[in-house]
Amino acid sequence: MEQPSLRTDAPSSSAATDLGGGVLSTEQLLTMYRMMVLIRRVEESLLELAESGKIGGAMHTAIGHEGSAVGMAAALRPDDYLTCTYRGHHHSLARGMDPKRAIAEVLGRSDGFAGGKGGSMHFVDPSLGLMGANGIVGAQVPHAAGMALSSKLQNQERIAITFFGDGAIYQGVMHETFNIASKWKLPMIFYCENNRYSEMTPIARTSSVSEIYLFARAYGMESVQIDGNDVEEVYLAVTRAAERARAGEGPTFIEGLTYRLSGHMAGDLETYRTSEEIEMQRQYEPLVALTKRLQAHGVADADLEAIRAEVEKEVEEAVDFAQNSPWPDKAQAYTDVYAL
Amino acid sequence: MRKTTYIQAVNEAMRDEMRRDPSVFVMGEDVGYYGGLFRVTRNLMDEFGPTRVLDTPISEQGFMGMAIGAAMTGLRPVVELMYMDFFMVAADQIFNQAAKMHYMTGGLLNVPLTIRGQHGGGKRYGSQHSQSVESSFAQFPGIKVVAAATPYDAKGLLTAAIRDPNPVLFLEHKMLYFTRGDLPEADVDYVVPFGQADVKREGKDLTLATFSFTVLQALEAAEELKAEQGIDIEVIDLRSIVPLDTETVWASVAKTGRLLAVHESQSNCGIGAELVARIYEEAPDLLKAPARRLGMAPVSIPVSKPLEEEVLPWKDNIKAAVLEMLR
Repeated sequence: MEQPSLRTDAPSSSAATDLGGGVLSTEQLLTMYRMMVLIRRVEESLLELAESGKIGGAMHTAIGHEGSAVGMAAALRPDDYLTCTYRGHHHSLARGMDPKRAIAEVLGRSDGFAGGKGGSMHFVDPSLGLMGANGIVGAQVPHAAGMALSSKLQNQERIAITFFGDGAIYQGVMHETFNIASKWKLPMIFYCENNRYSEMTPIARTSSVSEIYLFARAYGMESVQIDGNDVEEVYLAVTRAAERARAGEGPTFIEGLTYRLSGHMAGDLETYRTSEEIEMQRQYEPLVALTKRLQAHGVADADLEAIRAEVEKEVEEAVDFAQNSPWPDKAQAYTDVYAL
Repeated sequence: MRKTTYIQAVNEAMRDEMRRDPSVFVMGEDVGYYGGLFRVTRNLMDEFGPTRVLDTPISEQGFMGMAIGAAMTGLRPVVELMYMDFFMVAADQIFNQAAKMHYMTGGLLNVPLTIRGQHGGGKRYGSQHSQSVESSFAQFPGIKVVAAATPYDAKGLLTAAIRDPNPVLFLEHKMLYFTRGDLPEADVDYVVPFGQADVKREGKDLTLATFSFTVLQALEAAEELKAEQGIDIEVIDLRSIVPLDTETVWASVAKTGRLLAVHESQSNCGIGAELVARIYEEAPDLLKAPARRLGMAPVSIPVSKPLEEEVLPWKDNIKAAVLEMLR
């Protein structure tokens, strides 16, 4: 039997390390709740748009992954570098990307942040430290190491974080980067969102490795495995890793256990798992976990309902904005090939 | 002017740019304390230290990706590939990442990265250490490709590459390293702009367009053809493959009426094929005879000396091709 961290039917709370949580104020948790609901509703709206045929190509939503993105954004500085996978809407929104421009980009409209040239798999906004989601599994990881190197060479305090999935861990470039980042003590964080599925295949079916986070220790790196659905645990882990990075102590590897409630991509037939498994995992997903935490803080359901209503309005407006955004001018197909 | 080796010219371009611009740094395998397998980065470690001259592990994909990430923040990495053949190990980072980053992000990011190193045959390194790779790169929009045949062009083109806001492939040929030529005094700041071919020898009977080491082979062939047959060929060093200066080539063909494109990489799907196709599309009336290309046969490069000499389109093969076209 595999370790819980590799089992698709194990809760994220079965992680090896419990950092204790309980450090954030009600107000901070409410801000996080609002962002998580926003991400959830944007993703759900995008899936609806995809189902109605308005989105082409491959779109990967992160429903169930919100904890890692929101915990990270609260722990880092606004100018810290971030790279992530093509499942990257949640990181970008958590770091402050305008949902209007995000949805417009996925629809290929002129008001998208990249004018429709990048789409769902290439979320980016350097002004928010968002240095690119990537369509190639693992390719964004050395980029973050290069950004951390840049910061180190220039004696800056900026650090870099890179997000990847459990499915990326067996790409060679990951290990090349772990090795160099550890040896050069680069100020960075490797964050593995382990949702137990390498796209459509349970990760345990593709390797004999017992625990992903132990890889990093082989490269001499600090490494923890946490409940990635618990936003406070993520916040604590990223905060500590960032402190280490800024103090010159080198990179940290964080494996956050989570579970993807949506398909790998829009249109995924999801023949690889049962509805019972999904229903079981729903009990542990980040929004449910945070709602329970807020209730324990004495927050009334009506207050949460008010937040949800406010977000609903914002997302509806964003979808409207995006759908009404003009198509890009055809001449745009020929620009931005080379920087001038 | 002074005489230097090609290696010295490449080395000085890096050294001078590192002195001028603190955002320039060098990384690659054995480039630091050892000074590079071919000694092209020698002395840089002494002058700039290990924070700007980075010895990497043998992880081409990893350090290429890191260079790209650093470039996305505004630094200007110069990455040495020990043998240009190793680009394939780093191919995802070069082509899916560096070349496309500016476009995919709608211009929000750019990658001022220089990839340099030696290519080509002639030293019996065999199939995985002798290739010429320019056409693979030229196929991908977003990356520029240049190749210098002389020390002067090497320093000027590499300086331009480092200052360019885009990824640039700078090709050196292993047979060029110990050739010598004129170089401006060390305090002269100059660049050779991209997209400008150079007429290395004037002639009236045939236009030979090439780049890298085959420029020297073509010039030798030209002198022998002149002495032996009275044939006078014009040799154009393209210098820049992307962007490609067809204007200079067409102007020459307007005079000679004949075009022979030569390169060490295979003839099929190469830069020669591109030039020949383009002249038929853009200026067919300039031709008095069919345009031709001469490259390697579609085989890998063998180690054995007579076999390697057989497949490389060097002087004797160039002379034969010219004579055939003028027969």
